[in-house]
Amino acid sequence: MRYLPGQRVQVTARLHEGHHRTPRYVKGKAGSVERVHAPFTNPETRAYGGDGLPKQPLYLVSFAQGDVWPDYRGHKRDRVYVDVFEHWLEEAE
Amino acid sequence: MNDHDHSHAPIANGDEPVAAGRVRALEELLVEKGVIAREEVRERIDWLVSRSPADGARLVARAWVDPAFMGRLLADARAAALQLGLDPGPSPVVVAVENTEVVHHMVVCTLCSCYPKALLGPPPDWYKSLPYRSRAVSDPRGVLSEFGLELEDDVELRVLDSTADMRYLVIPRRPAGSEAMSEEELATLVTRDSMIGVARPAASAPVAS
Repeated sequence: MRYLPGQRVQVTARLHEGHHRTPRYVKGKAGSVERVHAPFTNPETRAYGGDGLPKQPLYLVSFAQGDVWPDYRGHKRDRVYVDVFEHWLEEAE
Repeated sequence: MNDHDHSHAPIANGDEPVAAGRVRALEELLVEKGVIAREEVRERIDWLVSRSPADGARLVARAWVDPAFMGRLLADARAAALQLGLDPGPSPVVVAVENTEVVHHMVVCTLCSCYPKALLGPPPDWYKSLPYRSRAVSDPRGVLSEFGLELEDDVELRVLDSTADMRYLVIPRRPAGSEAMSEEELATLVTRDSMIGVARPAASAPVAS
């Protein structure tokens, strides 16, 4: 596991051809690691008949809604939580 | 008399959606190629429609009356379900999150329709709809308002997007006025929508229609 709960991380902004589970709305956004779930098989290869190995650590990352949606209408403290695989994360600047 | 093995026209209305036809064609191919058996498809469907939010409600009601169980449910919902003799389903991990006076959780799957089916039954159609899946993350308070839930300004709203292998179950707040109710009575207050986080349970049970 490369990241720890409380750590600031950023979702990689890269494009990805084919199946992946990183929603576009958090790509390039910085957030906080809330939970380290466990390693799971990689959906990006599993979707094409592969075995999904090696397993990828999965994190629950939270983002301030105001950082994700510039015109967010809710409360300043509102957050969105997304499960992100480790190979989509980098250390936040 | 049907003594041959090709398939016949489906038992369906003429206005079948295009997606249904596609799914049937896929199923035919997968069966033909030996990837799945028709019986497996039937078993999965039977399992799915046999599940209901009553199981999730039992978990929530027990947690409301037993703080130690609440702790176990929050730590490992799968183990907590097994403890009550409930089937937590094939998902490797079920995460329960607790709504409090100051934090409200709601669940969405923006990429498809991931849902804790074993504990809540089949997801409602709106949960799978594009408007819910997009607006639940971009305008969640607006969505809650359309469900009749006006969230107070001092409550922090946390939207959980189940993008991977985890399944999320919301533990709603025990309603005021339910203090004298038994665990069984409490379970009748816990609605499916309250465990998705788009509603709050009321102290009187919803009336069956």
